[in-house]
Amino acid sequence: MVKVFIYPSTSLILSDMVERFGHNPLGAAIAIRERIQTPGFDSPPLQMTPEDPKKGLKYAAVEVPSGVRGRMALFGPMIEEAEAAIIINDSDLAFGCMGCARTNELVKFSIRKRKEIPILELKYPSSEEEGIAFVGAIKEFLEGLSKNTGGMEE
Amino acid sequence: MANKPYKPDYTGTITKYVFIESPDTTPQTLAIRAYELSEGVMIKETCFGLQITGKPEEVNNIIIQLRNIDPTHIFVKDRAFPPGDPRRCRANLGGARPGYFGHEFEMRLIKYISKGLLESDSKKGYNKDILSKLKKKSTDKLPAEKLQKIIETQEP
Repeated sequence: MVKVFIYPSTSLILSDMVERFGHNPLGAAIAIRERIQTPGFDSPPLQMTPEDPKKGLKYAAVEVPSGVRGRMALFGPMIEEAEAAIIINDSDLAFGCMGCARTNELVKFSIRKRKEIPILELKYPSSEEEGIAFVGAIKEFLEGLSKNTGGMEE
Repeated sequence: MANKPYKPDYTGTITKYVFIESPDTTPQTLAIRAYELSEGVMIKETCFGLQITGKPEEVNNIIIQLRNIDPTHIFVKDRAFPPGDPRRCRANLGGARPGYFGHEFEMRLIKYISKGLLESDSKKGYNKDILSKLKKKSTDKLPAEKLQKIIETQEP
């Protein structure tokens, strides 16, 4: 089972496909769940403590808005942990409420910088033929990961 | 100002969304089957499917069995918050729940994914030209017309 970082990190389609083909999706829900299930001091609404933007300093400089650093405190460790990644480019849903565009650019940049891991980049399908190619490519990519990891399969 | 202690609910559990977009199966059918399998796991029925909260192995077990009902039309993803959490529940916030718009966008495309999953086992394979089009990175800037459309679709 390989840890696959997904972008957009809230994507239902990617999360489902990674899990369906036997791997472990790393998305926003995993990082946020970890925070909201950890007891400590009340820091509503997402239990992002003042420590988190400090952790984000590893990925973005101090003059960068704390929102970017806070988000990178969630995504940065997952990108480091990832053994593969799937990116959907030009996704409309990543434009608005998912987070700010600069964080998204930094997330994609950080993934592409990890040249040692396999990365698949696609766009959302807009027809049945594209859907077939989209699913086929993701399936091939994820099945290839199982072969490359050899005996790690459960 | 003194910090208030934070005691999380449902520690050690996971919550998963189960979406169904099928011509044959309704969320109600899925919910009834999930209740049959639940054995104490918390299940919340929604208009798009279910939310299941419980210990990881129990939730995963139910999801494996639910997927068998309609494998190409059932989609699952993780959720950070348990159902009814006042920080996310729209009963407390009003309006659509944060994250709903992302789901709404992807649910419009899900029929293409279902078709892709149906065809994924066939020997026909997929069209490589179409795939290369999907892989091509766009270098275009955001067109002014599209920006205008985005602005107009914003809620006041």
